[in-house]
Amino acid sequence: MTSNTPEYLKETPSQTAGPYVHIGLAPGAAGFDIYKQELGWDIAGPNAKGERIRVEGVVVDGIGSPIKDVLLEAWQANSEGVYAHPECEGNVEDGFRGWGRVITDFETGEWGFDTVKPGATMGRNGRMMAPHINLWIVARGINIGLNTRIYFEDEVEANAKDPVINLIEWEKRRATLIAKRSERDGQVVYRFDVKIQGEDETVFFDI
Amino acid sequence: MYTPAEFYQRDREWHPPALTPHYKTAVSRSPQYSLISLQNSSSEITGPVFGHNDIDPLDNDLLNNYAKPGENPIGPRLIAHGRVVDENGRGVPNTLVEAWQANAGGRYRHKKDTYLAPIDPNFGGCGRTLTDENGYYFFRTVKPGAYPWRNYVNGWRPAHIHFSIFGTAFAQRLITQCYFEGDPWISRCPIVKTIPDERAVDMLVAKLDENATIPLDTQCYRFDIVLRGRRSTLFENRLEGN
Ligand SMILES: [Fe+3]
Repeated sequence: MTSNTPEYLKETPSQTAGPYVHIGLAPGAAGFDIYKQELGWDIAGPNAKGERIRVEGVVVDGIGSPIKDVLLEAWQANSEGVYAHPECEGNVEDGFRGWGRVITDFETGEWGFDTVKPGATMGRNGRMMAPHINLWIVARGINIGLNTRIYFEDEVEANAKDPVINLIEWEKRRATLIAKRSERDGQVVYRFDVKIQGEDETVFFDI
Repeated sequence: MYTPAEFYQRDREWHPPALTPHYKTAVSRSPQYSLISLQNSSSEITGPVFGHNDIDPLDNDLLNNYAKPGENPIGPRLIAHGRVVDENGRGVPNTLVEAWQANAGGRYRHKKDTYLAPIDPNFGGCGRTLTDENGYYFFRTVKPGAYPWRNYVNGWRPAHIHFSIFGTAFAQRLITQCYFEGDPWISRCPIVKTIPDERAVDMLVAKLDENATIPLDTQCYRFDIVLRGRRSTLFENRLEGN
């Protein structure tokens, strides 16, 4: 090898999270109590400003059945569009982490998490991105985690200008990223069903 | 205008593809359409930050984190250790590494696991830790057993530990599995074989680390983890699209 050859390592290859992902990442759901605290159950914390929302859905496979051993992680900015990360300009509220981890009900496949609605965030080249939650999905049978984004139905104008939504050539497929807003017992609920495969397959990103 | 330095493109021919017919569960759980490639924005180059308040110092000791006082789990005592680095070879400090595994008999402490090997009353099967300033981590545990699974009627997973790693950015998020050198089930496993390249498989095979083995006490295996590397900000990014 000459000294001109750039030397990079290769990334460790991914493997499925398997059916027992809960043991490692949500042991309470596996049926035992081991840590003083499990991580990822409180996304926004008590001090977060903005609209309190709930996001719910199912992840459906190619046959149309809900996947009951799926684990999802959410990553979002606060209501001002700031991520709780040193590379993001601005501050977040004390206790706001912006990261959540959620598993499904073993019987129904339904998942849900409580958070605040994120604000618009600065995208590349000074173009604003519409409010969105980044979502990462792993499960048995998923060889490498799937990345998608949750956008919000009521952000019509911002969504129309969003540089990522606009990157999706097939306008029909853009709808798969839009969560539907409703109210239940005074609580704002967004519905975001993910279809892994087949008709109306959710758009997944290679980030 | 702020445009963040991007992570290197993930090599999708190095990772397993979504559709892998011999690993049967993947068939109905694999997207059919292509992934839409995104240049990184702030949403991808940021990610959750964890600290020592989030975890307990003993969380990485599976020999003790679930055992009754004075008791130990059954099985070969094992240290799994290594460094988390990026594709540039730089250590990834202070990142959360989580691990989970079956006990020495191949049984998981999980309500959905019905394998007839017994639950070990002194073994939970999960741990977590933060890498140190050089990216180093370790877990103390027992060597997991191989276990049967329903893919083919007669199929056994090679002994393995599941690993979850965060890195510094959501773009680096990774879940993988660590196998052990010399295990004859590795080359027979349909999940291992989802990975097309032998060299990539080899990255998942922890090697006996004789020098780090503790005499008369604990065998040691080395498992280094490589996360996506990142560009320097040296080059101006071109405007995307039109
Ligand atoms: Fe396993």
